[in-house]
Amino acid sequence: MSDSDRSGGNERDWPLFEVFIRARTGLHHRHCGSLHAADPEMALARARDVYTRRGEGTSIWVVASDRIFASDPADKDMLFEPAMSKVYRHPSFYDLPDDVENM
Amino acid sequence: MADALTAAYALRLGDDALILSHRLSEWVGHGPELEEDIALANTALDLLGQARLLLACAGEREGRGRDEDALAYGRDVLDFSNLLLVEQPNGDFAQTMMRQFLFDAYAVALWPRLSASRDEVLAGIAGKAAKEAAYHVEQSAAWVVRMGDGTEESHDRAQAGLDLLWPYAGEIFEADEVEAALAEKGIAVAPSALREHWQARVGPVLEEAGLAPPEGAGVRTGGRQGRHSEHLGHLLAEFQFMQRAYPGARW
Repeated sequence: MSDSDRSGGNERDWPLFEVFIRARTGLHHRHCGSLHAADPEMALARARDVYTRRGEGTSIWVVASDRIFASDPADKDMLFEPAMSKVYRHPSFYDLPDDVENM
Repeated sequence: MADALTAAYALRLGDDALILSHRLSEWVGHGPELEEDIALANTALDLLGQARLLLACAGEREGRGRDEDALAYGRDVLDFSNLLLVEQPNGDFAQTMMRQFLFDAYAVALWPRLSASRDEVLAGIAGKAAKEAAYHVEQSAAWVVRMGDGTEESHDRAQAGLDLLWPYAGEIFEADEVEAALAEKGIAVAPSALREHWQARVGPVLEEAGLAPPEGAGVRTGGRQGRHSEHLGHLLAEFQFMQRAYPGARW
């Protein structure tokens, strides 16, 4: 999908973009999907049309999928397994006040 | 008689939105890209929303008991008063986008000015439509530039669309006694007042796209008075079929 070759034909050669939407002010942008577009401007417009048709968003980010450098699923054990046994890293030894949201 | 005039004016604007909405809806399932398919449908739905409000307003002012559905489904070709531009066939994607751009450039000039209308209902509809038109014109202008300034084929297709549709653009600025009388009262926007704004929008985009209007092209008019091209009858045959065959049918 990161193929940036331009044949000039009618092939579906538009690059893939990942779409992030912020639902409300104060919240994070969240990944909500991906789409094909010729450039970032078009990706933004298409994201608006595809992902915010029912008033879901107040802000949109798009990023070319091939610009995301991702962890290798094969490295899962090496990267994440060691954290599983370190229970003391979780804030589970004291009570959270009810007023603290989004922890 | 102000109400009959306002009814006629609302009907003209409503018919523009309704017919163009239907044309765009013909693309659903056939768009060149999934995302573009959805975008075209969004624009079609925006226009349909405008059409419903305008036709409902027209029916009310007319005072003959016709609601939006009666006006949309119950009139014949000669009773439609849309611009010839909006009933022209989709052709290829370049032709559709060119038609859209020529119309959007008009809409984005019209609605903000009509939102200052002395008629509160029209002003309200215009205020809502202005936001939608502002987005539509950005998208259609972007496509005109993208295709005009794209490959040789996309340029040729965009230019062919412009050559075909340009003669219909002049009708946008035509006014008869309906617009003239209402503009005098501060209810309608005089179409002639929009020409300058339309040209200021269209000119730079065509230039950036490397496209040129056809030289010495005539102006094709008559839609406002019900004299339509052959295409509207075919469109209505499909659009109205269900209600004509099964009057009052509901989901």
